[in-house]
Amino acid sequence: MNTLLTLDKVGLVYHSPSGETQAIKDMSFEVNEGEFTAVIGPSGCGKSTLLSVIAGLIRPSEGSVKIREREGGGSGELGYMLQRDELFPWRTIRKNVVLPLEIKRRKTRVNVEYALSLLEKYGLKEFTDHYPDQLSGGMRQRVALIRTLAAKPELLLLDEPFSALDYQTRLSVCEDVFRIIRKENKTALLVTHDVSEAVSVADRVLLLSPRPAKIRKEYLLDFGRDTTPLKRRNDPRFRDWFELMWRDLNYENKR
Amino acid sequence: MKTKDNFSAEHLLYLKKRKRDDLTVAAARISLAVGFLALWELLFQVGAIDGFIFSSPSRIAKSLVNLAKTGELFMHAGITLFETLSGFVIATAAGTLAALALWWNEKLRKILDPYIVVLNSLPKIALGPVIIIWFGSGLKSIVVMTVLITVIVTTITMLGGFTATDGNKIFLLRSLGAGKMQILTKLVIPSALPTFISMLKINVGLSWIGSIMGEYLVSRAGIGYLIVYGGQVFKLDLVYAATLVLCLLATGMYALVSLTEKLTVGKK
Ligand SMILES: Nc1ncnc2c1ncn2[C@@H]1O[C@H](COP(=O)(O)OP(=O)(O)OP(=O)(O)O)[C@@H](O)[C@H]1O
Ligand SMILES: [Mg+2]
Repeated sequence: MNTLLTLDKVGLVYHSPSGETQAIKDMSFEVNEGEFTAVIGPSGCGKSTLLSVIAGLIRPSEGSVKIREREGGGSGELGYMLQRDELFPWRTIRKNVVLPLEIKRRKTRVNVEYALSLLEKYGLKEFTDHYPDQLSGGMRQRVALIRTLAAKPELLLLDEPFSALDYQTRLSVCEDVFRIIRKENKTALLVTHDVSEAVSVADRVLLLSPRPAKIRKEYLLDFGRDTTPLKRRNDPRFRDWFELMWRDLNYENKR
Repeated sequence: MKTKDNFSAEHLLYLKKRKRDDLTVAAARISLAVGFLALWELLFQVGAIDGFIFSSPSRIAKSLVNLAKTGELFMHAGITLFETLSGFVIATAAGTLAALALWWNEKLRKILDPYIVVLNSLPKIALGPVIIIWFGSGLKSIVVMTVLITVIVTTITMLGGFTATDGNKIFLLRSLGAGKMQILTKLVIPSALPTFISMLKINVGLSWIGSIMGEYLVSRAGIGYLIVYGGQVFKLDLVYAATLVLCLLATGMYALVSLTEKLTVGKK
């Protein structure tokens, strides 16, 4: 398998008038193509910071980030999905979904058709000309994923993308997002503080320490590539993994 | 949703009640105006109020007709309208551009912040004498006055609108590789549209204040001039007539802005 993302001894220090905060320290890991990796850690440990560094929005204080062999991370080939959908309320769903193409100046007919075909494929076609406020929270987050996929990114960065949804919706959106990512054969890196979410989607989970974030443990999950989140939740192994990680996470928290 | 043809009886009753409520409001509004005018006229006719000071609807109407016949009405209204509109347009454009520049350049914003605060708190009318010396006692001074009164508030309001742009959405655009210009055109400007519309509404009021105050200070023509002149020669019919015209013009301008709002917000 090819390596898509490489972090080598990455460190990040925030500077502010009141002092400096070491958010990430000496972090190295790789993400392979087609892999779904989840990063869990206590809140405030530096998970969002990690994604920003990978996306090239913050330059690391130390170490390097490489995507394929390109140095420095970069935005061209990345798709970011945030806690809330961040759809633009004055744009229709169609126009929201093609936004990345506009920004990257790649709004060709073929690319627009690809984006719209995703809407159709994942059951949102009838809402193409609706405005975001006419859709439910779950549908909006699905649209947000399709917007993320529209520019065909190599790597998806997901920052707690389900945490703003209620429990029922969260399970079903999580299921859909997992299926879409698998079907489109994408590489994804999800950060969350919700252990059950990590266990239900990932092939591999990295456990971070409290700030400054460091990788403390790595778990290779054995559910199989195509076992969806809902099936996993019904699998007896789910509880074992959950308890193991939960214990490790809380142990880390107490230190 | 059910359509017109198969509404339930309850829904029909609801619609009927709504219609009745609307009618009551409209009737009350009209009778308030008619009643007020009638009472005013009556008190004047029976001699309970002094027509010289309080005038009366019929005297105001007569005065208006006279002004219209000589064409003076349209000349004065035209001049004031021109001053107000040019002040409004210049101030709105300049203030919005200034706000854009301040949004674009954070350093500049920090440097200029205290100056903007001072300019905002200064009562612009205090600059009247200076403006007259610089721009002469005529139309130019009045437009400058109108612009001064309106432009600072415009800048502050629009800058507030631009800087209130959702940080997460900016982050999203940056993650897509958007530059500052794209962030401005795709996100900051569209999301500040509601602020722009409410700023326009505020500016309608401010630019009328500017032009009328300007005319009080220097003018030889215009609605404000008519009011001052009427007051000086104790022609109060003229004062009231001019005030009425002012009301109509200002309301008309406000209605146009509201219409713009409906058109833009309706399209989203
Ligand atoms: N711009 C900044 N300047 C200074 N410190 C910051 C900045 N952004 C984040 N921090 C600090 O860095 C640490 C890590 O923040 P980060 O948002 O990456 O954590 P997180 O794991 O994503 O938290 P959460 O679970 O709340 O999402 C926190 O202590 C935070 O206060
Ligand atoms: Mg976070």
